[in-house]
Amino acid sequence: MRLVVNKIFLALSLLSALIGLGFLGWILITLFVKGLSSMHLSLFLNDLVDGGLRNLIVGQFVLALLASVVGIPLGMVAGIYIREYGRTKYAEIIRDLSDIMVSAPSIVIGAFVYAIAVAPYGGANGFAGIIALAIMMIPIIINTTDSMLSLVPKELREAGIALGASKYRVILDIVIKAAKVGIMTGILLAFARIAGETAPLLFTSETSNYFSLDLSSAFPSLTVSIYNLANEPEKASRDLAWAASFILTMMVLVVNLTGRYITRNKK
Amino acid sequence: MEKLFQKISFASATLVLLLLLGIFTTLFLTAKPAIDEFGLGFITDKRWNQEVPLVETQNPDALQTTQESSVTDDESIADEDDVMIEDEDDMILDEDDEDAVDTKTVFGGLVPIVGTLLSTLIALVFAVPIAMGIAVFLAEIAPKNISKFVGIAIELLAAIPSIIFGMWGLYFFAPIISETFGGYQVSLLTAGLVLGVMILPFMAAITRDSMKTTPDVLKESAYALGATKFEVVKDVIFPFSKVGIIGSIILALGRALGETMAVAFLIGAVYSIPEKITDPTISIPVAMAVNFGEASGLGENALFYLGLLLFIMSFAVISLAKFYFLKRVTK
Repeated sequence: MRLVVNKIFLALSLLSALIGLGFLGWILITLFVKGLSSMHLSLFLNDLVDGGLRNLIVGQFVLALLASVVGIPLGMVAGIYIREYGRTKYAEIIRDLSDIMVSAPSIVIGAFVYAIAVAPYGGANGFAGIIALAIMMIPIIINTTDSMLSLVPKELREAGIALGASKYRVILDIVIKAAKVGIMTGILLAFARIAGETAPLLFTSETSNYFSLDLSSAFPSLTVSIYNLANEPEKASRDLAWAASFILTMMVLVVNLTGRYITRNKK
Repeated sequence: MEKLFQKISFASATLVLLLLLGIFTTLFLTAKPAIDEFGLGFITDKRWNQEVPLVETQNPDALQTTQESSVTDDESIADEDDVMIEDEDDMILDEDDEDAVDTKTVFGGLVPIVGTLLSTLIALVFAVPIAMGIAVFLAEIAPKNISKFVGIAIELLAAIPSIIFGMWGLYFFAPIISETFGGYQVSLLTAGLVLGVMILPFMAAITRDSMKTTPDVLKESAYALGATKFEVVKDVIFPFSKVGIIGSIILALGRALGETMAVAFLIGAVYSIPEKITDPTISIPVAMAVNFGEASGLGENALFYLGLLLFIMSFAVISLAKFYFLKRVTK
């Protein structure tokens, strides 16, 4: 009897894993089938106004990239503070808050940025989108930096100090170097995450049908346009949305897997 | 230089605190007109953007000046479902309109709040058993290389953008669900189930990590006494990692509360309390995503009120999970 119960238990557990894999497979196959059948070279050459996706892909990339330019240094330096300088209650609180902010609803961040950077300005703009994505990214980078620095052995720091280096030199030249690969992985995972975000961009940068690098007006976004296209009745729009979804997911997964791959190789 | 670096790093860390305070204050201030107007009764009021006659019937001209900007004079908008789209005419206070009925617009948050809670509940009911199964599989059953492969696959599921879950859910998952359970394709049920699929990976990953903290000695002694795998999981691993597992469930709940895009495709975005599980309704994030563009004046304030409530709810839930349950698990 006990053995039968055990068998059933093992079978159910295996089944759960298969269900999980099944959903991943189902979504990926859907994307491949629907995405590839709508895929065409001209999608990369034309803008949305001419039925292509070029402006959206560039726009999404620019938004995520500039958000990273803002978010990565701020997040890293803050992470350094709570791990290297903060033996204080204050650093503990910041660590906890950033932990909570990682899971904060992205739509609320979008609404916040709307209130501070869109409403006073008078319209959607690329800067607001960048701010929203950067706000999402900072806590993720803080958490990775914090936990990666915690893996660096204390002896390395002591050796640096013993050689007469000042603390920030030790941090920048020794500790960060030692944790480089882990932090890089964290950055790539965070980039993959914000590059696929829609909700924070919905009312900040919105989207545009035209090619634009002008951050002071509505900025083309792949994800927001997927949302708009998918809700349109024409089949052509939906096919375009599938092609865009395929491109988006592949980019996100490739960046994500690259991030995982570099840590695995180093270890 | 040392001092400068320390100052910069301190300032960056403080930015997190300022951001959180800033988000909270901004939401509160922007929601303030709606909070003043509707008070806490907002939470239990199921009317959204409905015209109700003003109670006092005074001189219409005097009233017109005190009205909110979102008041509609046009009585042709009788269909409640279409009221979402605010007319351009709203802004024009047309004195010549002789049939003008004085109304004010009422916003209540009950429907989105109920929709959020119910869809999250469905997601949990669906995801918890499967996530537990996956976690046990990864931590205890699968050989190392298979566990690694499945683990990465499950984490990739978490990396897929939520808008993709929405499209896939709407065009491929929802038809199957509505055929099996009847009812609409966009409904509380389909939204909840897709939400469940989305939180599966989080739950499974944290549960696996908690289970792995069980000391091998405990497991080995149970096996040595002749226990089966099931008994080891049930009587040794589960009691040991119970706190972490509950934490992972609550954390996933916190994530599910704020999920926007996937739910926006699937829940139907209709302001009505669902009578059946297969009825369409709306959730707080979806209400914000769908109505933000058209909202102005008090309607926009009301959306911020909803956002504030959502922020407080998820903040409370996530802190509970992280600091009460998961403190022990994370190093």
